[in-house]
Amino acid sequence: MTNPYLLDVRGLHKSFGHTEVLAGIDFQVAERELVFVIGPSGSGKSTLLRCCNLLEEPTSGTVTVDGVDLTAPGVDINKMRQRIGMVFQSFNLYPHMTASGNVTLALRKVLKQGRAEAAETALAALERVGMADKAEAFPNELSGGQQQRVAIARALALEPKIMLFDEPTSALDPELVGSVLKVMQDMRESGMTMVVVSHEMQFARAAADRVTFIDGGLIVEEGPPEQMFSNPTFPRTREFLARVAHA
Amino acid sequence: MNDWDRFVFSFFNSDVIEQYLPSIVDGFFLTCLLAIQIVVAGIALGLVLALIRSLKFTPVDLLIVLYADLLRALPPLVLIILFYFALPSVGISMSGFTVVWLTLTLVLGAFAEEIFRAGIVSIDKGQWQAARSTGLTHIQTLISVVLPQAIRITVPPLTNRTIAITKNTALGSVVGVGEILNQATTAQSFSGNASPLMLGAAAYLLLFIPVVVFGRWIETRFAWKRQ
Repeated sequence: MTNPYLLDVRGLHKSFGHTEVLAGIDFQVAERELVFVIGPSGSGKSTLLRCCNLLEEPTSGTVTVDGVDLTAPGVDINKMRQRIGMVFQSFNLYPHMTASGNVTLALRKVLKQGRAEAAETALAALERVGMADKAEAFPNELSGGQQQRVAIARALALEPKIMLFDEPTSALDPELVGSVLKVMQDMRESGMTMVVVSHEMQFARAAADRVTFIDGGLIVEEGPPEQMFSNPTFPRTREFLARVAHA
Repeated sequence: MNDWDRFVFSFFNSDVIEQYLPSIVDGFFLTCLLAIQIVVAGIALGLVLALIRSLKFTPVDLLIVLYADLLRALPPLVLIILFYFALPSVGISMSGFTVVWLTLTLVLGAFAEEIFRAGIVSIDKGQWQAARSTGLTHIQTLISVVLPQAIRITVPPLTNRTIAITKNTALGSVVGVGEILNQATTAQSFSGNASPLMLGAAAYLLLFIPVVVFGRWIETRFAWKRQ
């Protein structure tokens, strides 16, 4: 039986020492879906995201991506990670490489593309995020929004099946947020499957298929954005949304 | 003969200088050869050990830590004397040159390992996560992403340490290596005059000032690139 979900997380527990950060998460994302994950800081959203490509090793539970259980022994995790793009809050561009170098590194080392082919692929990916004209710029010559778009291109170039966004706009000046959200909106329209941890509620309202609220390492509730934002079932969700709205 | 003449006669005696200049020049080239071999082997050793240690394979890590701590704690002279005078009694006999090269390579390797390791550890975790998330292996990440950044940070301390340890080639005089200091003291004994020591000092300046200047140049160059 094939798994109907592109990302299928079952019974996920994650503890750091004696602290249980994820306390049994079941979380599914279908192809072409954009799921927003929200919750108070320390609720485990980022850890959940990091477990989805095994940057964090789950304590127990399974993470299945594109039909492959990442937690099974013998899985080539490096190969699987090509199919799972990730974007970080602090961009994490390689400071010693140009924008183009940042994108080509994995193309050359992981996909074993030649120099010319990788440069071409990288330029196409940078084009998609509107950064082709800055291909030869170093990260310190770019604004935060531009850096984040290059980071998105770095993930996109590998043609992932799913993209994970870990607070992609939290480190940006307000006037730069729009450019990154625009790129994400374009990706959504081209049919990319996306999981987004973010506090950009307006974007969630406009673009998300589903909003998942996490608190205390558990999914409290999830639903379509209209319902979650206007009529959440649980008081905890209501409290959180009220606090975020006033922030 | 007044005081000044006596001073010049004892320390800058042109006859003595002329006579012993060739042997100091020999010492200079031997020291250069020894120093280059120590620097290349020591830094390579340190880098390899730091890379192995970054794989976090506990038993091997402990051995490397033990090695680095011991070699950093022991005075190089003690090691040179041990290697040169004690090892032959267990059947391992090395020339003075080899003993000095081996000792200082091991010492530089120990310091370089700690310096490289500090550089590697100081690189932000996000760099690892970003690289690994694109499918790079641990080793690929280390070599393409982390090391190039780490090495930039380590250039100043590594340059200083390298100069300090390379100067210890003078210890070769204890085990009969014909490096600068040995040539100078030998010439001093034969001539009964201190001028060869002045020649030796000049030879050290000639050898190390370019190294110090090169180190500073590398530092400013990398600092500029990092911005």
